[in-house]
Amino acid sequence: MYSFDYKSPSSLSEAVAMLQSSDDGLLLAGGHTLLPTMKQRLASASDLIDLGGVSELRGISVSGDAVTVGAMTTHAEVAASSDVRGAISALADLAGGIGDPQVRNAGTIGGSIANSDPSADYPAALVGLCATVNTNSRSIAAEDFFTGMFETALAENEIITSVSFHIPKCAAYCKFPNPASRYAIVGVMFADCSHGMRVAVTGAGPSVFRVSEMESALAQSCAASSIADISISADGLNSDIHASAEYRAHLVTVMAKRAVEKACASC
Amino acid sequence: MTVSISMTINGSSVSADVDARTLLVDFLRVNQRLTGTHVGCDTSQCGACVIHVNGKSVKSCTILAAQANGADVTTIEGVANGSELHPMQEAFRENHGLQCGFCTPGMIMSALDLINVNADPSEQEVREWLEGNLCRCTGYHNIVKSIQAGAKAMREA
Ligand SMILES: Cc1cc2nc3c(=O)[nH]c(=O)nc-3n(C[C@H](O)[C@H](O)[C@H](O)COP(=O)(O)OP(=O)(O)OC[C@H]3O[C@@H](n4cnc5c(N)ncnc54)[C@H](O)[C@@H]3O)c2cc1C
Ligand code: FES
Ligand code: FES
Repeated sequence: MYSFDYKSPSSLSEAVAMLQSSDDGLLLAGGHTLLPTMKQRLASASDLIDLGGVSELRGISVSGDAVTVGAMTTHAEVAASSDVRGAISALADLAGGIGDPQVRNAGTIGGSIANSDPSADYPAALVGLCATVNTNSRSIAAEDFFTGMFETALAENEIITSVSFHIPKCAAYCKFPNPASRYAIVGVMFADCSHGMRVAVTGAGPSVFRVSEMESALAQSCAASSIADISISADGLNSDIHASAEYRAHLVTVMAKRAVEKACASC
Repeated sequence: MTVSISMTINGSSVSADVDARTLLVDFLRVNQRLTGTHVGCDTSQCGACVIHVNGKSVKSCTILAAQANGADVTTIEGVANGSELHPMQEAFRENHGLQCGFCTPGMIMSALDLINVNADPSEQEVREWLEGNLCRCTGYHNIVKSIQAGAKAMREA
């Protein structure tokens, strides 16, 4: 790891000020992406601004038709929250399926979405559950937030403060995990909500995307059989040692069917 | 940059000035000479470095010592009661839950966190919980058996 100055703000405004006054500062959340990357010297920073002491960024609240999760809330906290499970069990399931227990005790929702890893789980939840990303300066619709592989709409020095998820009528998340890391080779969040049917796919492409053909078919008839014959093109999908683009395309339909079946069973 | 940190480790208060880059595992092993916590991969995968920070299991190779400033830290050295093994350690011994023993400190710290959230885990729940702990020797079978036996002993204690 290259050397850096370590800063430990205790409020959001202090964190923003530290970020603005640093040459090349980075925020540190759970550190479970950033520290491994810094160890490999693939990332470096003049200052690491640790959000661990900023208590206003933690916690979960449910109000009206939304569940709001603070940026520094860990995956384990989301998975164990009875409020989350009661309102959106698919979200608790998704968080409980990330990595392993120790990764879930450290990794946070803010760090996960800021990183915009193509195989991360949360992007499917944000787009599938019509979420809004709140930052220190504005609110961004999930679909506008993820702009590409490891790219987001965040401006320089912008800090994610929370994510608000729209509570659906029913929803389910199914993923085909990488057997070693548990990252999604393909993960699909299906939700039936007041905005309509949503099918959001992570892992398959450079960034999360919706499958509108499946959404229209499900609006006609909400059953796994209505999307069984819909396949997506492998063009532009990810291809690596774990799975070819064609295999990922195939998995999208399989995972989407499973998610619809699971959601219908609980609806 | 040097940072001043203090924390409680296995019940004792410690303070030190460390380079900001110091990983918690290196602080424990090099600075505190607590070498029971192992480094198997240094890439967040193997779980040999699992310890508890404020009662929750974490991989100490993937957290800075500075992030644990003010925290309550427990390592494998803090688990036994003097020369009397903790019931979970005893269960690993009884059930041949280790061969070379390299993964064992992390396995035990991970298992103790599981028991905190689930006092009576099924075999399947133990196996799922061990997702982040790799063992190159045992084939896991006796580790799972040990953890279930340790959980039982802890319930009955
Ligand atoms: C072994 C292992 C297995 C894993 N398996 C999975 C998996 O199955 N599924 C999955 O989705 N993920 C997985 N992860 C990733 C894990 O969920 C990470 O914790 C997560 O991606 C990053 O969150 P973090 O809190 O650790 O962020 P950090 O590593 O601290 O930060 C990541 C990036 O986000 C920035 N950032 C952090 N917080 C904010 C904020 N509030 N506002 C703006 N920018 C911010 C940082 O500057 C940094 O660039 C795995 C990780 C490991 C090590
Ligand atoms: S040494 Fe920390 S996970 Fe392997
Ligand atoms: S006993 Fe040797 S690695 Fe587990």
